[in-house]
Amino acid sequence: MRELQLIAGHYNYVATMFLMMAGLYIVVARGNMVKKMVGLSIFQTSVYLLYIAPGKIIGGTAPIIDPIFKVYSNPLPHVLILTAIVVGVATLALGMALVVRINETYGTIEEDEIFAKADEK
Amino acid sequence: MTAITPHLPVLQVVVPLIGAFLAGLLRRGTSGFLLALAVSWLMPIIAGAMLYQTLTSGPISYHLGGWEPPYGIEYRVDLFNAFVLMLVSSVGAVIMPFARRSIAFETDAGAWFYCMYLLCLAGLLGITVTGDAFNAFVFLEISSLSTYVLIALGRDRRALLSAFQYLIMGTIGATFYIIGVGLIYLVTGSLNMQDIAARLVDAFPTQSRPVMAALAFIAVGVGLKLAMFPLHVWLPNAYAYAPSVATAFLAGTATKVAIYLLIRFFYGIFGHAIDFRALTVTALIIGLSIAAMFIASFIAVFETNLKRMLAYSSVAQIGYITLGIGLANQNGLTGSIVHLANHAVMKAALFLVLGAVFFRIGSVKLHDLSGIGHRMPLTMTAFVIGGLGIIGTPGTAGFISKWYLALGAFNEGSWPLLLVIVVSSLIAVIYIGRVVEVAWFREESPLAATAREAPLDMLVPIMVLAAATIYFGIDTRATASIASQVAAMLLGGLR
Repeated sequence: MRELQLIAGHYNYVATMFLMMAGLYIVVARGNMVKKMVGLSIFQTSVYLLYIAPGKIIGGTAPIIDPIFKVYSNPLPHVLILTAIVVGVATLALGMALVVRINETYGTIEEDEIFAKADEK
Repeated sequence: MTAITPHLPVLQVVVPLIGAFLAGLLRRGTSGFLLALAVSWLMPIIAGAMLYQTLTSGPISYHLGGWEPPYGIEYRVDLFNAFVLMLVSSVGAVIMPFARRSIAFETDAGAWFYCMYLLCLAGLLGITVTGDAFNAFVFLEISSLSTYVLIALGRDRRALLSAFQYLIMGTIGATFYIIGVGLIYLVTGSLNMQDIAARLVDAFPTQSRPVMAALAFIAVGVGLKLAMFPLHVWLPNAYAYAPSVATAFLAGTATKVAIYLLIRFFYGIFGHAIDFRALTVTALIIGLSIAAMFIASFIAVFETNLKRMLAYSSVAQIGYITLGIGLANQNGLTGSIVHLANHAVMKAALFLVLGAVFFRIGSVKLHDLSGIGHRMPLTMTAFVIGGLGIIGTPGTAGFISKWYLALGAFNEGSWPLLLVIVVSSLIAVIYIGRVVEVAWFREESPLAATAREAPLDMLVPIMVLAAATIYFGIDTRATASIASQVAAMLLGGLR
């Protein structure tokens, strides 16, 4: 029962870890490069959750200084993750651009087929 | 000048960043080259001014946007960063003149190459100069993304593949790093490195588990970036198929900055709170370093593509650097920091030699190089000097670093480790000696017969780096004495 409470009380971490492992597993297990990029994106997204979720305080509001508000959520993680999202988008875009070039060059985006072709030259 | 002096730390990042933007607007390679040359030569001047300032009047703290640390981002330059900044900006500047012919010959990128080169330089200098853990992540990604492009610019179609593989592994590494920083942030509520170090001392006894998890995530994440032994698989292909200039630049700077970050986190942050030497992580690092020194060197012996051979040699040499980190004593850490600089200089020289050879004969296969020593005597002499440095011959820079590492092993009372350092250096004799033998004492191959000495603008950077290899082996005031001060500073903060 205590374990159950622990898990339920930290469900945001459970979700984070699930996404993290799912993303990493896709990157490792899939040979298709687009799917690898999808996995990588999921992996990065889990980190956004890791930062954002603890910043939220229940009943807290946006950090606007006003006598009627007493409890504020932490705004810093949002700012950090905004930066991290930009980084993630750039990585995804560059990765996809490389996949397009690889497809043009090798005619496939399956990793094992490409390795076979790369070595025969 | 006095108006600029307080802003030196931020200029170190802003100038190449703006330079990269301008280079992106340019169409022609030559104008891009001139811009990149001007910017990259400005960098060591700025870094040198900061190194002088830290040597004479202590650490510099720069508050970005005027926000007080720990709330705002702080750029903090102490002797350690200043030393690494000087190294990275100097290597970046010395390599630059080589780039014009080499890049025009090896890629169709034109000004784009210089755009990415400056962006990568900005990212690397940013990681080094910043005192903010999250800011370091952003710069890590700036430098990584531009590195992927630099690698993909190679003409060989396998360059695309290696760039993609590096992108996957590099992103996983950077994400691991940011997970670690996130865990630290959850425990301490701070991102400023100094502030974290102070707060961890109080937080660690009650919350040791997330802190240890953070340490593990950061060690693995940064370990991927610096190509620590089992995480090195991206490196050989990336170095082999990238344009020669990019390879020399990355070998001299990118992995070194990652090592800087690892040392900074280990000794500058975690070391204050955790009794480092009692942890298994140091033993693990020593074990992996030994594996790198032997296994990677052995692979290098059997490699016939010389760029790949030097790439594996890099993995082995990084093993020496991490060995000193694992030893965690004054001499060992001094050895690490000295080797950081010495290896950067030697490996950049060797990769530039291969760049010059490729420029003349269009190949870096071992058998194509046979007899080339008589056609390109100066270039191949530089290869011999750089190679002697990698082996660790007395009189070259490599000897100094290995001497300190051996002393560090000796201080631990570890005779087997001493033996390991000597024996693994002997393997380097084999793979370097093999190239020297083929290049100087064999019949000329048809390709080598067509070669001429490299043009002057390629020869000068090679000669400067080769001369530095000898100079730092004889006069150790600039490297070893600063490194030992840095090691004392880092170890002094340890619990």
